[in-house]
Amino acid sequence: MITLGHYLVVSGMLFALGLAGVIARRNIIIVYMCLEMMLSAANLALVGFSRYHLVNGLPDYTAQSLVFFTITVAAAEVAVGLAIIVALFRTKQSVDVESVTKLQG
Amino acid sequence: MPPLLFYLLALITLGFGFMVVTGRNPVSCALSLAACFVGLAALFLSLDAYFIGVIQILVYAGAVMVLFLFIIMLLDIKAEEGRKLSFAPIISGVLVAVLLVMQIITVVSSSAIANKSSTNTPLALTESAGKIGRAAALPTITNDLKEGTLPDAKLIGFTLFDQYGFHLQVVGLLLLVGTIGVVVLSKRERSSAP
Repeated sequence: MITLGHYLVVSGMLFALGLAGVIARRNIIIVYMCLEMMLSAANLALVGFSRYHLVNGLPDYTAQSLVFFTITVAAAEVAVGLAIIVALFRTKQSVDVESVTKLQG
Repeated sequence: MPPLLFYLLALITLGFGFMVVTGRNPVSCALSLAACFVGLAALFLSLDAYFIGVIQILVYAGAVMVLFLFIIMLLDIKAEEGRKLSFAPIISGVLVAVLLVMQIITVVSSSAIANKSSTNTPLALTESAGKIGRAAALPTITNDLKEGTLPDAKLIGFTLFDQYGFHLQVVGLLLLVGTIGVVVLSKRERSSAP
């Protein structure tokens, strides 16, 4: 029997994987992929709650609208973030997070 | 949904997610992420969210991953070879992740809402046909519900344009700003060029 709890645990594990990647990896592009994974994990939790919170016998479509907005914002974020990475690569010739220390003072 | 299928999809999603985090070659990381998103889209489909599942495939596994692969190709990034690993970030990352998962499992196992499943909260499609409020003005939605099919995309569209019309326009503006920002960021400044 698959319950809401199963989906929430899968979502939490995917989020934790992404978080571990963001903390541990040093390649900016892979850090960025892990960020996308975390956003998708949050979407899975939202869709799970939407399915099991019935409104008049139908899934709660407010949550799915929120997922729609999240996906849109994530797509815009990827475009801007990758443009920043390209601009960074042009000046530093590197995609290592430790090569960017200008704000450290 | 059969439990075996759920576990298979969860394994695909988490396994490829793990490969993204541990892979050394950025290209294989990006392809693993695409596979992870396909598994996630299948999980969305299993939750009766057909529209979101299709959007996940189109936007994430399609557009976003192509963008990632394109940038990896453009920057010509080699795999990290022979670099010594620094253990402090890896240990702290694993520690934070394990703590988070344990916390989530504790919360989920002690809450009553987590016991909801598709057998004790089934969709009531034909009964809901008369109770959908203003969406009842659209005969296509009511007809689908009376036939016992879930008009998923139609109901999301109705919710978006009925309740969140303004928010939708703000998101459209955000996409415009993002497009302009990308063009400005990737434009070479002629004055500083050698």
